[in-house]
Amino acid sequence: MTQQLIGRRTALAGIVGTAAIGTRTAWAADPIKIGFSIPQTGGLAAIGLQALLTLQIWSEDVNARGGILGRPVQLVTYDDQSNPANVPRIYTKLLEVDKVDLIVTNGTNLTVPAMPIAMQRGMVVFCMLSLAVNDKFKYPRFFQTMPYGPHGKASISEGFFDVAMGMSPKPATVALVGADAEFSKNAVDGARDQARKRGLKIVYDRTYPPSTVDFGPVIRGIASANPDIVYIGSYPVDTSGMVRAARELGFRPKLFGGGMVGTQAATLKGDLGEMLNDVVSYELYCPAVADKFPDVEPLLKKYQPRAKEKGIDPQGYYVPPFAYATMEVLQQAVTAAGGLDQDKIAKAAHATTFKTIVGDIKFGADGEWDHPRMLWVQFRGLKGQGMDQFVNPSAEVVLDPPEYRTGELRYPMGVAKQ
Amino acid sequence: MVDPLAVLNAVVAGVLLGGFYAAVALGIAIAFGMLDIPNLAHPAFVVVGAFATWLLNSHFGIDPVLAGFLMAPLFFLLGLALYRLYHICFERRGEASLQGLAFFFGVLFITEVGLVLSAGADYRSVSAPYIGASLSFAGMVLPGRMLVPFVVSIAMIGLLHRFLARSFTGRAILAVSQDQTALRLMGVSPIRIKTLAFGLANATASIAGALLIIVEPVEPSIGRDFIGRAFAVVVLGGMGSFYGMLLASLILGITESLVSDMWNPSWAPAIAFGFLLPTLAFRSGGLLGRKL
Repeated sequence: MTQQLIGRRTALAGIVGTAAIGTRTAWAADPIKIGFSIPQTGGLAAIGLQALLTLQIWSEDVNARGGILGRPVQLVTYDDQSNPANVPRIYTKLLEVDKVDLIVTNGTNLTVPAMPIAMQRGMVVFCMLSLAVNDKFKYPRFFQTMPYGPHGKASISEGFFDVAMGMSPKPATVALVGADAEFSKNAVDGARDQARKRGLKIVYDRTYPPSTVDFGPVIRGIASANPDIVYIGSYPVDTSGMVRAARELGFRPKLFGGGMVGTQAATLKGDLGEMLNDVVSYELYCPAVADKFPDVEPLLKKYQPRAKEKGIDPQGYYVPPFAYATMEVLQQAVTAAGGLDQDKIAKAAHATTFKTIVGDIKFGADGEWDHPRMLWVQFRGLKGQGMDQFVNPSAEVVLDPPEYRTGELRYPMGVAKQ
Repeated sequence: MVDPLAVLNAVVAGVLLGGFYAAVALGIAIAFGMLDIPNLAHPAFVVVGAFATWLLNSHFGIDPVLAGFLMAPLFFLLGLALYRLYHICFERRGEASLQGLAFFFGVLFITEVGLVLSAGADYRSVSAPYIGASLSFAGMVLPGRMLVPFVVSIAMIGLLHRFLARSFTGRAILAVSQDQTALRLMGVSPIRIKTLAFGLANATASIAGALLIIVEPVEPSIGRDFIGRAFAVVVLGGMGSFYGMLLASLILGITESLVSDMWNPSWAPAIAFGFLLPTLAFRSGGLLGRKL
C-alpha cells in the first residue's frame, strides 16, 4: 500500500491521529489497522472520549516502541453517537471498506449490536467496559477486560453483598432498584440472585426510566419499605439524583450503594462531595490501590493534561487504566499469535496470562477474567464539594476483595457532613 | 393503608417537578404553540443555557439563577438570528413543515456536537447554597434543588404572560399566532413579530438551562430527554395557552411522582403520557387551548 493511499483513507475514514502518521516514512511495513466504534457524542461520550484518548496514547506508545510485529498500528474509528443502532453499520464499514485487521468494542449496550457482525466474520472481539455480554452469545473469540470475572451479572453485586453480610447483626431485608437499561438491569438481576442466595428478603424491587429527573419519589418509595440495605444499579445522572434525593430526604439505611456508574467519574464525585460519605460503590482503580499497580501512574501523567484540554474526566481513574490494558492484551495476543490470523489470536488470548498495567489478566472460557477483581469502596471523610479530595487514598476505603482491603465497612450510613 | 402524608409529599414533589418541566416547555409553547415552528432544538438550547450557567458559576461564582438571566439577552439575539435563517431558507418558500423539522433536527445535533467540542463531554454541575439543602414544613420535605426552579419557573411564566397580555408587542405576538393576515392588514409585519417572539422563546432557554443544571448534572446530549415531555405538555395544555401548558406540566409532574412513590417508577412516564390520548380525544384543542 502506498503512503498516498494510507493518507487518503485516513482522511476519508476519520482515522484518529497516531504516532504512525507523523513518522510513517520510517516504517517499511503497512500499518496494522485497529477499528472501533466509540461514542464521541451523545450520552456515553463522557466515557467514550476517555477511551478514545487512552487508545491514542497507547498507539503513540506502541509505535514509539516499534509497533506490533514490526508494523505500526493505526486506529480507525467512527462516532456511534452513543446509539446502538449505528454500531452494526460502523463495524460493517470497518471490516468491508476500511479493511481493518482487528476490532475493539466498548460498553455493554454498544458491544451487543457489534457481536453478530464480528461473529459472522470470525473476528476476535477485544472488549472493554461491558457486563455479561458473552453470557448470551457464548462466542469463543470474545475477550472482555473489565475485572468482572466469570460470574456474569452477579459480578457487579457479589462484592457488595459480601460486604453487607459482614455487618453485625446481619441485614435481613434489601431494596433493589435500577434504571431500565442494559447495564443496570443486568446489575439488578445479579443483585436479586445474590440477595436470594444469601437469604435476604427483597422488600422493594423496581426499575425507573433512565430519563427520570427527580428521584425523590423513588427514594420515598424505597424508604417506605424500610430496607436494611439498598442496592442501586444506575447510570451517572441517576446516580447523582439518587444520592442527592437520599441526602435531601434524610434517608439513611444501614448500607446504601451498589453498581452505581458515575461514582468513578471525577466531576460527578466532586459535585456530590460529602453527600457520598458512607456510600458503597465499585471502582476498577483508585488511589488507595495505587501502590499495587505502579504502571498506572505514568499513563495518568500522560492522560490528565490532555483530558483537561478536551474537557473529559480530568483524573481518569476509571476508564484509562483498563482501556490501556485492553490494548496491551491485544498487542500481546497478536505478538503471541505471530500474525493477524483470528483463530491463532483467539487461541493465544485463551492460553496467555497477559502482563498489563492493571496486573495480570487471564481469561476464562467465557472470555471474562478467570477471577473477579472489582474493588468495592466506601467513601469517607469528604468535606463540601471538590474533586481534588479524591486524590487522597483515604477518600475511598477499599472493602473488598480482601487482598486489597484498606479498611472495614462503617455502618449504618451516617449524615453527609461528618 | 396509604399514609396521607406520603401522598401529600408525593404531590408536592410532583408540583415542584411540574414547575420545572413548565420552564423547559415554555419556549416550545411560544415557538410551536403560538408560531407553529417545530423547534426540536429548543431542549438543546436549554442545555447550552445550562453550560453557560456552569461557566459563569464555576469561573465567577455567579448564582446559577442570576447567570441564567444574565445570559438571556444573548439567547434572545441568537433566537432572532435562528428564526431569520429558518424564515429565509424554509418558511418564505412554503417549506416550513417537513423541511423545517429536519432543519431543527440538524440544529439540535450541531448544537450538541458544538458543546462537546467547546466544553467537552464531561458532566457539569453548579454550586449554590440551596442545592443540597432542604426545607421541612408540616411533615413535608422541599429540596431547594427543586423548590428554586419551581419558583423561578412560575415567576417567568407569570411575567411572560403579563407581557403578552399587556404590551403592544405581546398582543401582536398573540395575534400572529391567530391570524397573520389580519395583523398585516393592521400595518404590523408578522415576520418581525415572529422574529421577536422566537427570540423571546430562545431567551427562556437560558433561564430553563440554569434551572436544569440546578436540578441535575448535565452533559451535552441530555436535552434529548426533554423533547418528548416538552412537546407533550404543550399539546396537552393547548396550543398557545401558557396556563394550559403549566397545568399540563403539573399533571405530568404529579402523575410521575405519585406513580414513582406509590407504585412503580418504570410506569411513571407511560401513565403520565397516557393522559395525552384521552385528553386529545375529548378535547382536541388540549386542556385550556382553543377548540380545533
